[in-house]
Amino acid sequence: MPRRAAGPSLTNDPSNAPFSSSVSVKGGIAIKAPSAKPSRLSQLFSTSPKSRAEPQTVQGTVQSFSGSSHSNTVAPPISSASLSLPTISLSTATAGNPNMDEPPTTLFQPPSPEEARRLAKQHAQFGPIGHHSHRYSSRHPGGPFPEPIMDEPPYYYLLTTYISYLILIAFGHVRDFFGKRFREENYRHLKPRNGYGALNSDFDNFYVRRLKLRINDCFERPVTGVPGRYITLIDRATDDHNRHFYLTGTTTDTLNLSSYNYLGFAQSEGPCADIAEATLRKYGITSPSTRAETGTQDLHVEVEDLVAKFVGKEASMVFSMGFGTNANIFPALVNKGCLIISDELNHASIRFGARLSGASIAMFRHNDMRDLEAKLREAISQGQPRTHRPWKKILVVVEGLYSMEGSMCNLPGLIELKRRYKYNLFIDEAHSIGAVGPRGRGVCDYFGIDTNEVDVLMGTLTKSFGANGGYIAADKAMIDVLRATNSGVFYGEAPAPAVLAQIMSALRLIQGELVPGQGEERLQRLAFNSRYLRLGLKRLGFIVYGHDDSPIIPVLLFNPAKMPAFSHEMLKRKISVVVVGYPATPLVSSRARFCVSAAHTKEDLDRILTACDEIGNVLQLKFSTGIAGGALPANEELTPPPEMEKAWHRKRTPKVVPPRWPIEDVIRRGVQDVKSPLF
Amino acid sequence: MDIQETQRLLTEYLHELAALFHRVPGSAIFLRYVKSSYQNDPIRSAVELFLFLFAVRYLLAPKYSTKPGVVQLSEDEIDDLVDEWTPEPLVGKPTPLEAMEVDKRTVIVGPVGPKSKLANGRTVMNLGSYNFYNFNTNESLKEKAIQTLRNYGVGPCGPRGFYGTQDVHMKTEADVASFLGTASCIIYAQAFSTISSVIPAFSKRGDIIVADKGVSFAIRKGIQISRSIVRWYEHNDMEDLERVLAKVTKEQARKPLTRRFIITEGLFESYGDMVDLPKVIELKLKYKFRLILDETWSFGVLGRTGRGVTEHQNVDAAEVDMIVGSLAGPLIAGGGFCAGSEEIVHHQRISAAAYTFSAALPALLSTTASATINMLQNSPETVTQLREHTRAMWAQLDPRSDWVYCTSAPENPMMILVLKPEVVNAKKLSEDDQQFLLQDVVDECLANGVLISRLKTLQDNFEPKQVVAPALKVCVTIGLTRKEIEKAGTIIRHAITKVLSKRK
Repeated sequence: MPRRAAGPSLTNDPSNAPFSSSVSVKGGIAIKAPSAKPSRLSQLFSTSPKSRAEPQTVQGTVQSFSGSSHSNTVAPPISSASLSLPTISLSTATAGNPNMDEPPTTLFQPPSPEEARRLAKQHAQFGPIGHHSHRYSSRHPGGPFPEPIMDEPPYYYLLTTYISYLILIAFGHVRDFFGKRFREENYRHLKPRNGYGALNSDFDNFYVRRLKLRINDCFERPVTGVPGRYITLIDRATDDHNRHFYLTGTTTDTLNLSSYNYLGFAQSEGPCADIAEATLRKYGITSPSTRAETGTQDLHVEVEDLVAKFVGKEASMVFSMGFGTNANIFPALVNKGCLIISDELNHASIRFGARLSGASIAMFRHNDMRDLEAKLREAISQGQPRTHRPWKKILVVVEGLYSMEGSMCNLPGLIELKRRYKYNLFIDEAHSIGAVGPRGRGVCDYFGIDTNEVDVLMGTLTKSFGANGGYIAADKAMIDVLRATNSGVFYGEAPAPAVLAQIMSALRLIQGELVPGQGEERLQRLAFNSRYLRLGLKRLGFIVYGHDDSPIIPVLLFNPAKMPAFSHEMLKRKISVVVVGYPATPLVSSRARFCVSAAHTKEDLDRILTACDEIGNVLQLKFSTGIAGGALPANEELTPPPEMEKAWHRKRTPKVVPPRWPIEDVIRRGVQDVKSPLF
Repeated sequence: MDIQETQRLLTEYLHELAALFHRVPGSAIFLRYVKSSYQNDPIRSAVELFLFLFAVRYLLAPKYSTKPGVVQLSEDEIDDLVDEWTPEPLVGKPTPLEAMEVDKRTVIVGPVGPKSKLANGRTVMNLGSYNFYNFNTNESLKEKAIQTLRNYGVGPCGPRGFYGTQDVHMKTEADVASFLGTASCIIYAQAFSTISSVIPAFSKRGDIIVADKGVSFAIRKGIQISRSIVRWYEHNDMEDLERVLAKVTKEQARKPLTRRFIITEGLFESYGDMVDLPKVIELKLKYKFRLILDETWSFGVLGRTGRGVTEHQNVDAAEVDMIVGSLAGPLIAGGGFCAGSEEIVHHQRISAAAYTFSAALPALLSTTASATINMLQNSPETVTQLREHTRAMWAQLDPRSDWVYCTSAPENPMMILVLKPEVVNAKKLSEDDQQFLLQDVVDECLANGVLISRLKTLQDNFEPKQVVAPALKVCVTIGLTRKEIEKAGTIIRHAITKVLSKRK
């Protein structure tokens, strides 16, 4: 596919920082805006395309039109801060210049079709912020960390869920019965044949063959382009009941609620992509060796330092794959005679690595500190099985943010237990790094806890930073040893320069070193969007799991047939969502998972809420009881004074009414209520 | 109150109780049951009552642990034990070898090419990277990668199952499959993680794996995680393989048929030598095993157009059940692949951990892989040239050095140089000694402007332990001229001589 030039100043000279050029262009615009007051102008730059259509003076409209279009050609539209600063001063400084006498016709140039297209493309990757109030800082408000309330549907739905599975299984067996007799070729890989064992177990394959196959069209949907605010699906169809798909040759642009693009760094233009391109040009495509041999470049060292600084540790290592990072680290940390105590919902990569390490593995109930303490007391007092020798090390492994539940680990609780029981703590921040905390630095930042309290911080660079790979951060002495004992360093391919450049630029941007203000905006928009959507869904009457500030919002569907139905209905409304069922979740709690991004605007979220409202009515998905929040605020007093909080709660709890807000009210009250505790 | 009065009251109460009892729902059933079980035999009722009481006691009894050997401790004792317990540090002190590993790390500044600049400012001939064809600095490939970057961004931001399957991935899969001549192909995000996920996706507990003793670290990880029954055969020894296969077949003859796999490599990671694929295929067909062939080091290298060991030894790739390879080495992209029949590929899409639970490969690496495969296919002369360069290097090292010999196959551009056994014996070198000596050789080469590397291996915790001889690794590249290659070969040879002859 031919690449559309992203502005001459960017592509021709990649070493030239694109931001300086953006400033000059903005300066140019400002010169053409002689009569505008600075405040008006800066306001114009930060308005959304929608509000642009508001009635204004002719001149104002023109300015806003040309202004925003020009500025958008160079800098991402979200960077209102970076835009406003130089522009204002320049415009005031040049207001009286002879430039004013330029023929006014230059002012009235509408954006060329190409520019309009570029603008559309940019906004499809990252939506401009609608209003300055659409921000929030993700931070633990203090006090004990609340357990997320797991609401339950009426028993009717649980019963029908079980019945649905029974019907599916019964039908599956009937179809197998006939299939195995009349369509033998479809079962060849499940039976021993010619002296070869069956390739797959018939029993294991039953779920895939009879349950998953029915909804296969909801998975592995092929896409193209940038997985940003919108994602382009490649349409496909099937002739043989989801066994094979063929591409129909068309594409559909959908609102993207599925990618782990928390901070909206999935962009093919803007500062990160520019730096990635420049790096690719300079460094080549890859570093074709392992890190231990000759695969370490100055870039790797730089990124490792940057990551360490970002997460608040002395040193770090980066790897080319997040899964591999976990799979390889545990054998380097623990071995026989050590104990890993792992949260029951930990990711498969942690289990993979833990199994390889040779250490004993125990599990505790998800986020349950009491269960963890009981397990710890048992482990320390009983020692190793049979020999009763004390464990050499105990490593507690948790995730910062759980990708299927949307819940965060109870870090204050873990630290408290750590002080008492002296275990080592490993946090997998695959989803939380970048996504939570006022400065985007993960759960430690969110809870305001010193990173020195945690022994090893692991995370991925795939999600929030739009790159690829994973990192391990710890003390320098520890990392130095791990560099010589971690198999990922010895055998895994080194991360590619373009990927490193993306990581580097994303981190710098979040820290405010690049395009100051933009990183902060991304963080705050993500926090706002997460809370806004969650609150809206609760108020509409959906059961959602997880903590308020989590950008992962699982919406419970329960009945298996509602998974494809929900996915299809959303697709009809041009929204792509992920549906997950057994075995990734417990059998009954099939769910749709929304991953909110900073790239979404409030309008996008309203569109999602409206779609959910319609679909929820049709599919009967609104079954929350209200215990998890979303109720009507009692008497307009939204935030109780802190000293009265308990009494206030007690007063409210008896009359829990299932929240079923009309969509108009949800949207009307959303922005206002989202910044108070979500009820 | 006399006794009659009492009796009367008692009967009254009894009647009331009986009436009450009859009013309880289900009491009739209970009575009927008691009557029918009584059958004029009080012992029957007594036994039933006893059983009932036993059941009640059993259900009410406190739960007891089924774990053997649990010592009952009071809370205070546990608190004391908790106070007493001091764990070892999470990571210990580095051994001298580990410290050297970190100290001596080479850092390349700028691009990795045939001549690379190091952190100390020197530019050296790079014979340490797998940049065999020097595709890494190829401008047209860069242009293509940038085009992809500008259309797809960098990361795909999701796993393949959930909107991470981009059209470029599908194209790369199709390209690899058609290049190799298999029905289907699946790509993973990291080469190192590929085979460790492919093996456990198919081979489960109770299945049988027959593997070469010299297989790579990644394969051993995969075997370890699969928890299958493993039988090892001597490295590249086809007679031993046949013996093991015959033995396994005999042992398992009476048992239900399970999946059986042979796992070996095309070019071995730790030795560089080549498998005798036709023989393995013959044995696999004879004993009805499936073959998993790891072509991480042979894909893109062996054969007329780099299709790997199947092309090199004229074997139909479809005969091999699973071909696992890397797109990260000479193809300078990233990720790995597994090619095979449609069922084999499809099964991995659901059950291979590194595929389902990992983010997809960045689009720009995927298109690069497609492009380099295309380049190899269209210009077999690059492969030929690499082989000539390899031969030139080989001539400088293997026959002319008194100290080392090359265990690699002559076609392998990655040459593994091992100290000759007589040298090791004469100087009584332990493994660590050899590692330090070889590092001195690497440093000496670097001082003379040639970057090579030691063969870096790790010991895993999987029994039986694998012994890999310490070695040097020299990677030939066609980015250097033949003259330069020969010169580099001489420098390496002299460095080896210098370092080793100094050692008493």
